[in-house]
Amino acid sequence: MLLEARDLACERGDLRLFSGLEFALGEGELLLVQGPNGSGKTSLLRLAAGLSRPAAGAIRWRGEDIRELGEDYARELLFIGHSNAVKEEFSAEENLAVALELAGRRPSAAQRAGALERIGLAARARLPARYLSQGQKRRVALARLCLAADVPLWILDEPFAALDARALAMVTELVDAHLARGGAAILTTHQEVAIAARTRFAITLGG
Amino acid sequence: MNYGVLGGLQSVIARDLRLSMRRRGDVLNHLVFYVIVVTLFPLGVGAEPNLLRAMAPGILWVAALLAAMLSLQRLFASDYADGTLEQMLISAHPLGVIVVGKMAAHWIVSGLPLTLLAPVLGLQFDLPQQALAALVLSLAIGTPVLSLIGSVGAALTLGVRGGGVLLALLVLPLYVPVLIFGAGGVAEAMSGMSAAPHLSLLGAFLAISCVVAPWATCAALRVAYD
Repeated sequence: MLLEARDLACERGDLRLFSGLEFALGEGELLLVQGPNGSGKTSLLRLAAGLSRPAAGAIRWRGEDIRELGEDYARELLFIGHSNAVKEEFSAEENLAVALELAGRRPSAAQRAGALERIGLAARARLPARYLSQGQKRRVALARLCLAADVPLWILDEPFAALDARALAMVTELVDAHLARGGAAILTTHQEVAIAARTRFAITLGG
Repeated sequence: MNYGVLGGLQSVIARDLRLSMRRRGDVLNHLVFYVIVVTLFPLGVGAEPNLLRAMAPGILWVAALLAAMLSLQRLFASDYADGTLEQMLISAHPLGVIVVGKMAAHWIVSGLPLTLLAPVLGLQFDLPQQALAALVLSLAIGTPVLSLIGSVGAALTLGVRGGGVLLALLVLPLYVPVLIFGAGGVAEAMSGMSAAPHLSLLGAFLAISCVVAPWATCAALRVAYD
């Protein structure tokens, strides 16, 4: 078992978003988090990424509490949140390099160019990101997925937001390949996605 | 492939410096602010050499504090707004390393130019040579303290409405010791005595804030996201 949540509760201010939540995610498994706006999907993903502290319960990575693992957990995790973490002043190429360096990786320039080409940004790689559209900025953030084959856990918050059909298919393919390699993924989406996970299960929050 | 703590530090500093080069306007703004504020005093007070000389250490140091304050808000705000800070919190590098890198980059683009600019401005106040030397030394030791303490304030006021004023209220009182011993050292040198005791105390502040400030900043950043 890779990731395990026990009796998880989350509060935002005085509002209790969910409580008693449990899940266990193994190799090659996909967890789809669903629910209406404001039901706590993003909050759950941020808890799972170790960005915030649960009101109750704990999340364990390979049996150890993620709060105690710190960077050791961060190295095994790829988190793409709502915001793209794309700097307007940097080009797509530079943004990708910075994001990878934060993740402790230094792939070659050729590998980075390959990733941008795969995600469909080869022609815009050297343009400052402020000239890119929303969808293209999202692609810059998602280009990391092409170089994260050895990262076991992917946590993606609305990865398909602002993407066109081709990019959507591309990202679906990447997640598929990741799961087929034995990785695990947690994602939220409002779209119907065709991901062929060996095990796929969903948590529906709220309501 | 993973690489070590120093590699992480280096890449954070390089990134922030490159970003500052792209936003040259922001960096130049507070330098121009420093020059203008310092220059306003001789214009306002009038050409009274003795008075100006007596006021010079205080003016040069107070203006440096204000200029440092101005540049602080940028430290984390843009990374907070676009989500980069989130990635930093779950980076493969310890948050402390990233924070220290950002502080160092902040000093290189704010404190260091102020330090180099100050002796030129000191000439406007007819400061003697030994006082100019003490001014440069005190700023060289004092401005890193401003960046270190300031980053704690910048982290604490992240995402707070009206954060700019709050930041000033939070940080300026903490700058007082630096101001007293920084300006005091220059005044001593001007009256022909040694600035060494004041500079040593500034050094002590630097040592303490090197230990405490990164730790406090990390804690404040984690709170901002919790």
